[in-house]
Formats: sequence, C-alpha cells, structure tokens
Amino acid sequence: MKYNSNDKQALSADSEKSLQKKGQSDSANKFKVIFFTSAIMLMIFFAMSLVTGQYVVPIEDVIKIVFSNIIPIEKTWNSIQQSVILDLRLPRTVAAIIVGGALAASGATYQSIFKNPMVSPDLLGVSSGACVGAATAILLNANSTVIQMAAFAGGLIAVMITTMIPRLIRNESTTILVLSGIIIGSLMTSIMNIIKFVADTDTQLAEITYWMMGSFAMITFEEMLPLLPAIIIPIAAIMLMRYRLNVLSLGDYEAKTLGINIRKTRGIFILCSTLSTASCVCMCGTIGWVGLVIPHTARMIIGSDNKKMLPIAMIFGSIFMIFIDVLCRTITTAELKLGILTGLIGAPFFIFILFKQRRQVQ
Amino acid sequence: MILEVNKISFHYHNSREIFRDVSFSIDRGEILSILGTNGAGKSTLLNCIANLRQPNSGEILLNGKPMSKMKVREISQVIGYVPQVHSTAYAYTVREFTVMGRTPYIGAFSTPSKNDYKISDAALEKMGISHLKNKPYTEISGGERQQVMIARVIAQQPQLILLDEPTAHLDYGNQYRVVQMIRQFADEGYALIMTTHNPEHAIMLNGKVAILNNEGILDVGRAAETINGEALSKLYGLPIKLVYNNEAKRNVCVVC
Repeated sequence: MKYNSNDKQALSADSEKSLQKKGQSDSANKFKVIFFTSAIMLMIFFAMSLVTGQYVVPIEDVIKIVFSNIIPIEKTWNSIQQSVILDLRLPRTVAAIIVGGALAASGATYQSIFKNPMVSPDLLGVSSGACVGAATAILLNANSTVIQMAAFAGGLIAVMITTMIPRLIRNESTTILVLSGIIIGSLMTSIMNIIKFVADTDTQLAEITYWMMGSFAMITFEEMLPLLPAIIIPIAAIMLMRYRLNVLSLGDYEAKTLGINIRKTRGIFILCSTLSTASCVCMCGTIGWVGLVIPHTARMIIGSDNKKMLPIAMIFGSIFMIFIDVLCRTITTAELKLGILTGLIGAPFFIFILFKQRRQVQ
Repeated sequence: MILEVNKISFHYHNSREIFRDVSFSIDRGEILSILGTNGAGKSTLLNCIANLRQPNSGEILLNGKPMSKMKVREISQVIGYVPQVHSTAYAYTVREFTVMGRTPYIGAFSTPSKNDYKISDAALEKMGISHLKNKPYTEISGGERQQVMIARVIAQQPQLILLDEPTAHLDYGNQYRVVQMIRQFADEGYALIMTTHNPEHAIMLNGKVAILNNEGILDVGRAAETINGEALSKLYGLPIKLVYNNEAKRNVCVVC
C-alpha cells in the first residue's frame, strides 16, 4: 500500500527498521532519563529550600530534624532551629511542591481541552475569579471552608464567562478566546479593587493583598490539610485520564468519532482543573505564569504527548515553585510576594519559548 | 448489512432542508461515492452517518442496531472517520497521532498498551510511511498527513470507513493513489463511504454512487448506471459527456 514507494526505500527498509526501533526505545529512554533527572533535581531543590533562609541551620541538623519525626535521633539542635524547619520551611516547601505541580497540570489540561497552547488558569480568568470569590468571602468574614467554596465558585464562573464569549459571538478562534480572557481578567481586577476599597484596612485588606500576590509565607500544615484532597484528588483524576487529553486536543468531531463522550469527558477535566486551581488559590493566593510557562517548557523538552508531558510538567512546576519561593525569601530581608517573581521570571521566559516555537504558533 | 440508512432527513435549525428521505445501505467490500455540488450537504450527510449530527427523522442501523441507541464508544468500534486534512494544535509525532486510533479500545483511565502501539505501527507500515514515525504531524506535507490519518483509521479497526473528500488538497498523483487505495480497502473487506467532487473517481471505483442534488434528493445506484452525461450535466449545470477512453478502458468525463 506504499503510495510513494521507491526502490531506495525498499533497499534501506531493513536498516531503517532497526533505526526506528532504536528511535522508539530512545524516546522511551528519553522520558525515563528526563523523569528521573528532574525527580532528583526536585529532591535537591527540596533540600535546598529547607536549608536556605535568614536563620542559619546547618545541613546535618536539617536532615536530623526532618527525620527525628520518624526515627529517634539524639537532639543536637535547639528548639528555634527545629521550629524554623518544621513549622516554617517544611510546610511552605511542601506547599510549593503541591501548588507548582497542580498549577502546571491544570494549565496543561486547559491547553489541551481548549486546543490552544496559549491558555492558562490565569488567562481563562480562573485564578482571578477564584481570587474575587475568596476576597468576597473574606469581606463577609466567612470561615475557611466558605472561602474555599467561594474561590471555587468564582473560578468556575470566570472560566464559564470567558469560554461563553467566543460562542456568543460565534467566533471560536484563539484570538477571541485570549481576548475574552483579558476582558474577564481586567473585569475581575476591577472587582478586586472595589473589594479592596471597601475592605477593613486593618484586618481584611492585608489578607486580601496576600491573596492577590500569592505567598507561601504564612502556610501551616493545619491550614494545608483540609485543602489537600481538593487539590490531590482532581489532579490524580487528570493524571489517570491524561491520555484522553491528547484525543480531545484534536477537536470535538475527531474525538467523538474516536469514541469519546465529549461533553462528559471535557466536563470532568474542566471541573478537576478548576477545582485544583481554585484550591491552590485558597492555599497561597493567585500565582500567575506557572500554568502557562511550565507546560510549554515540558512540551519543548519531551514533546506534546500528554502521557509523558503531564508528569514531567508537574515535576517542573514543583521545582519552579520551590525556586521562586526560595528567591522570595532570600533576595531581600523582607519577603517578596510570589506573583512579583513569577511575573518577572515568567514573562521573559515566555518570550523565549515563543521565540523557540515561533514556527508552531499560529 | 453493516450500515442501513432509512429515510433520514436533516435541516439545520430554522433553515432549509439539506436532504430528505435519504435511504441506502452498504455492506462489506462495498464502496459508496457521494457526489454533489458545493454546499449540497455531502459532508452533512456523512456527518449524520458518523453520528456527529443527528438526523431530524428516519433512522440509521449499524449491523442491525439503531445507532441512536448505541454508545459513542460502540459506534467508534464499527465506524472510522477520516476528516479532511488539517493541522493539530500540538506537535504530536506521527506515531503518537496514529495510536490515537486505538482510543475506542483504551479505557478512560489507561494509556495505549504495547499491543496498541503494535497495531498502529503495523498500520503505518501498511501505508508505507513508517519512516515518518518520529516526525511531528505539524511538519509533514498535506499528502503525508492524509496517509497518517488513514493509518489512524486502520489502527481503529472499523468495519466501515467514512472519508470526507479524501482527494481534496492532494496533488494529481496522490489523488489517484488514494482512489486505488480505497479500491484495495474494499477488496480487503472494509465498507467505505466517501464524498468527492470528481465524478471520475466514482467511475474508477465502480461501486455504488449517490448523487445529492440541490433539492436534497439522493439518487443511489451502481456507478455504471447512475453516472451518465445527463445526470452530471444537470448536477453541475454544464454540458458534460461521458466518453469511452480506449487507453484507460473506462469512461472519462469531458465538458463540451
């Protein structure tokens, strides 16, 4: 059935076959190499994050403190050191790993289901919508459960409005989706400004600002725990179903003829990525750029197949988040907010990615 | 009978009827070529058969079962669909793209198995495009994309293959090769339905032909009987004659 058969091809078929086999195992090996290299990097960054900070704790003590929870170790450190590691640095590092991974996975999911590599939780308005929801709840002095639910509702409403605009004007192009994302984003910013204006300057305003810029500084395990299922379960679902993202990214018609129940599958993906993004916002405020830049980076390195790309993107997201968090607390004596650095690093980095991929971006 | 279409009609919301009371059937080894002018609704008819649009009346039976009562996944194990050549948003490799044809057999929570890759690699081999395997789908030519898409549909292992203008956007040589390939697929036992703008392709395939006119009536019959100068002249609004060509040993269309 070769429609472009020629003798040269037939002659070299054997050598080509062996080459292809090599090519396949190469791509499988490439995934393993990248996966394990980045996993080791993540561990190094994890350790680095525990060691780095204004208050000096020697590395061997850091290791001992961490493991003293599991196995009995003779105490060679003081209680301040212990508290710095266990109550300050460990929770924020764990939070950075979870949030970085979750935002990267959500971003990659949105990009696949909207068949558009330019979308992200920030661009679709999910983050800012969640922020408005949470800020409104804070304004009403609600408890943390209500804040979380308000954040989720805000995120979902924002993504619904953003994706409704292109359908409403019957132009479902990338440009219109990006534009409506910008519109909803600035609308949400305006609402945030109103909320800030009416917020109590002594108590609520600080909390709302904290949310808008994103920070791991105040995170504790007690606060983190109730949010964890709302991040981990949807991300686990996305990871399990990730092959379907490939098929959905081909477009509705093709996905349907390949046997996928579009409405149900897409609904589950949107629900999962919105829930996890909104919960991340609950945990540490809005953090831009991660959901856009990290999947692009992963795709550049391992290719577009979500089967491989998604796990790599999650590890990259965690590493990036730890890196940003470490910078935030070491650059200046006062803590910087995450949003400042993700923007400062993410924006130029995205230009670099666009430059590298200029042929593929339509 | 793999596919039976019984008196289906279709109109878009608040719009004129695209076709009405369309009936035909197709079985193993048969080819149906659908002819019609631009905008006559050939693709719409094909989409109805592919379960992408629901006819407003009538019913479609797949191996005797009403398609409207079947699950999307069940249908995809019987019908494979080859859309017109297009690009993708992401640079999947040809191998990654082809293995997506296995989706109807892959559970929601799993990824393609070794066996799935084996089947899709065999499909690439069959199409003679194994050398493209690791190339990004976005960076190959239109003709190659067409071959990859057909490899994907082979990997899907359907009984019926639908092709939406498979010869569009292809050069003269590749058009001919696609037609030959469709003929060969029919000999292998697939049922095939394709839409085309070239009546000669339908003549070459020498299977069933359906002409969809602008009044929404579908005229179905054997190619030799249905395609004649009068029918084509009426359809395309041009003086068309069928002339027997001794070299090709078949009728060719000429405008005169």
